[in-house]
Amino acid sequence: MVAHRARRPRRSWGGWLFAAPAILVYAVFVLRPLALTVQYSFYDWNGIGASTFVGVDNYQRLFTDPELFATIVHALELIIFFSFIPVVLGLFVAAAIRGIATSRLATVARVVLFLPQVIPLVAAGIMWSWLLSSTGLANALLSAVGLDGLTRAWLGDFDTALPAVGVIGAWVLVGLCTLLLLAGMSKIDPALYEAARLDGAGPIREFWSITLPSLRQEIGVCVTVTVIAALASFDIIFVSTQGGPGGSTSVPGLEIYYLAFSEREVGMASALAVALVVLVLVCVLPIQRLTRDGSR
Amino acid sequence: MAHRPIRRPLLATLTLAGLIAAAACSGPGSDAGTADASAGASPVTNATCGTEPVTMKGYFETGFPVPKALTTEFTKQFPNVTWDIREDQFAVITQNAPRVLADDPPDLMRLPQVSELTKDGLLKNLDGYAQGFGWDKWPASQLEQMRVADSGERGDGPLYAMGINFSMTGVFYNKKLAAQIGMTQPPATLAEFDAVLDKAKKAGLVPINQFNGGATGGLAFPLQNLMAAYGDPAKINDWIYQKSGATIDTPANLQAAQHLEKWIKAGYFAPDINSQDYATMMSRFIGGKNLFIFDGDWESGNLDKQMAGNAGFFLMPSATAGGKQAAMSAPLTFGIGSKSKHADCAAFFLNWVATNQQARDIDVKIGGSHPMGPADAFMPDVAKDTVTAATLDAGAKIGQDNGAMDFIANATGAIYAKSWTPQLQKLAAGQQTPKALLESVQKDYESQVKR
Repeated sequence: MVAHRARRPRRSWGGWLFAAPAILVYAVFVLRPLALTVQYSFYDWNGIGASTFVGVDNYQRLFTDPELFATIVHALELIIFFSFIPVVLGLFVAAAIRGIATSRLATVARVVLFLPQVIPLVAAGIMWSWLLSSTGLANALLSAVGLDGLTRAWLGDFDTALPAVGVIGAWVLVGLCTLLLLAGMSKIDPALYEAARLDGAGPIREFWSITLPSLRQEIGVCVTVTVIAALASFDIIFVSTQGGPGGSTSVPGLEIYYLAFSEREVGMASALAVALVVLVLVCVLPIQRLTRDGSR
Repeated sequence: MAHRPIRRPLLATLTLAGLIAAAACSGPGSDAGTADASAGASPVTNATCGTEPVTMKGYFETGFPVPKALTTEFTKQFPNVTWDIREDQFAVITQNAPRVLADDPPDLMRLPQVSELTKDGLLKNLDGYAQGFGWDKWPASQLEQMRVADSGERGDGPLYAMGINFSMTGVFYNKKLAAQIGMTQPPATLAEFDAVLDKAKKAGLVPINQFNGGATGGLAFPLQNLMAAYGDPAKINDWIYQKSGATIDTPANLQAAQHLEKWIKAGYFAPDINSQDYATMMSRFIGGKNLFIFDGDWESGNLDKQMAGNAGFFLMPSATAGGKQAAMSAPLTFGIGSKSKHADCAAFFLNWVATNQQARDIDVKIGGSHPMGPADAFMPDVAKDTVTAATLDAGAKIGQDNGAMDFIANATGAIYAKSWTPQLQKLAAGQQTPKALLESVQKDYESQVKR
């Protein structure tokens, strides 16, 4: 008994030894840059020359500079497209695919929907900027059905640029959500559906009373991942609009990049980056709490 | 979840340790080595590449074949010199320049706006070479844009970069489409230009196509040309050079911006310019989709190949008949890192580019632009009906009229992406007035120059 107890601490130290390389890598490549970013955010620095300590000035500017504040508002608007639409659409598509689960069509649908996931975001952005250009497929289709009045340069119009970028994001993310939700549905006990049907429930009732509550955790994962994608979006926007026209699609990720590399305000860029991390945590932590299973 | 009591404090400890470690250091950048900026001020008369094997490190711009063609020819003439060249897009070079020059300085680098790089001592002062090679005896306007005073004002002071040629902008037109609307001669006044635009519009053509999408506000080209048509190009240069008290918000510039707005409202531009990048504009113009583009002579060689005999060029006409003409005209700037290993050889190369007959030939035929160098230096023959010949002639006219201006996008490092581009996109969409546009750009400029 005594010998057994004496061995326990040693065993746990051995575990630490195995974890050490990972901890080291994590500390050097994640924690250190994080700490440095926080440090830089208190300085006025161009990235090369001497720096000046400015305290919380950079953070103050975040709330007083309308352009910087607008980027955060745009990111929040993108949540509708990157998160809300893919999750809702994913739910219905997954339910539909599940209904035809045995047919070959279901496999085809799954592959088609998941395809955007394996295409690099940059390629998706380029492809969509062709589709949405004034001579692109979107406008050609509108003209073909006699809606010439609606055609426009979707990514170059102040009113439509942000929604157009949002559509690209929704297209990319709907497949991921569908697949995650499908996986979740396959875990639901079929007996539940059988019981519901015996009680006289139709497909809609089944969906609301069985499918949806059982998918709570999967929906939580989908919402978390997509909300982060919306708030931290960079690549789709950089490729399709670069924040234009007139900053109407500018988001924090893009602004951090411009501040650090084109305006050479490393301190300000760091402050915005820190603010973005906080914003992501503020949005995601409540989602985690809400969707956590009660049994946990 | 048994690990939770351990994980939280561990994460907290690690984060704290990281923060303490970072906070213990002094402010960032304080240890950045700055080279002696005064080095190279005395004449260097013996700068050569020697006879020993030398590998020159170059950092050039993708899509411009001239510098590479020059280095290839240079190696042919001086076989001991070989080149190790890295290429990137201009935007990438602009963003990388300070770090690359500080950490891994190339011997020869295509440069963005120079004044912000000289502040940190990243570029070699070329005055010594200029005296040694006699660059200071060339027409002064050629080197003016690359001189930066200690105060950060450009146009005067030590030389920090050299051009391998100087390019110039104006209006390219499609000759076949021009003939359709009866334009046989380039317009001689702004009013005539307006009339041609109107005719083109009424004939169902797209009068002007100009890139103005993403982060590339191409309406800055016609705007600056209009500014020069209404006002004095020297005043625009003062603003670009950050001369104290300079402002872009002048009555003449307001007239120019209003004229541009008039063009926009009249529908002279393609309706989707706010979603177009430079490459789209070029492919549409070459494809015969529109009559005019505002662009630079760096496309001359390309247009002579892609639409041989069908591309014409003229300088932006002045507001009054017979008035002086001006154009955005800037050297294709290259600098030598202050910590470069083969600075002498790089300077020797730059001098060779300006004075060697083959090099000047490459400058004109591949680059489409006028070489740097003494006023009486060799000029290669160019076939008369080419657009290259037209741009070279226009360059001579700008020289006579003393009308060369740097580009308003080069005033500060951020003014193009953060001020001109969004403002011009708003103007194109009818969401900004000319007056507010100039005021807004001036406000940004003042806050950027102060830093």
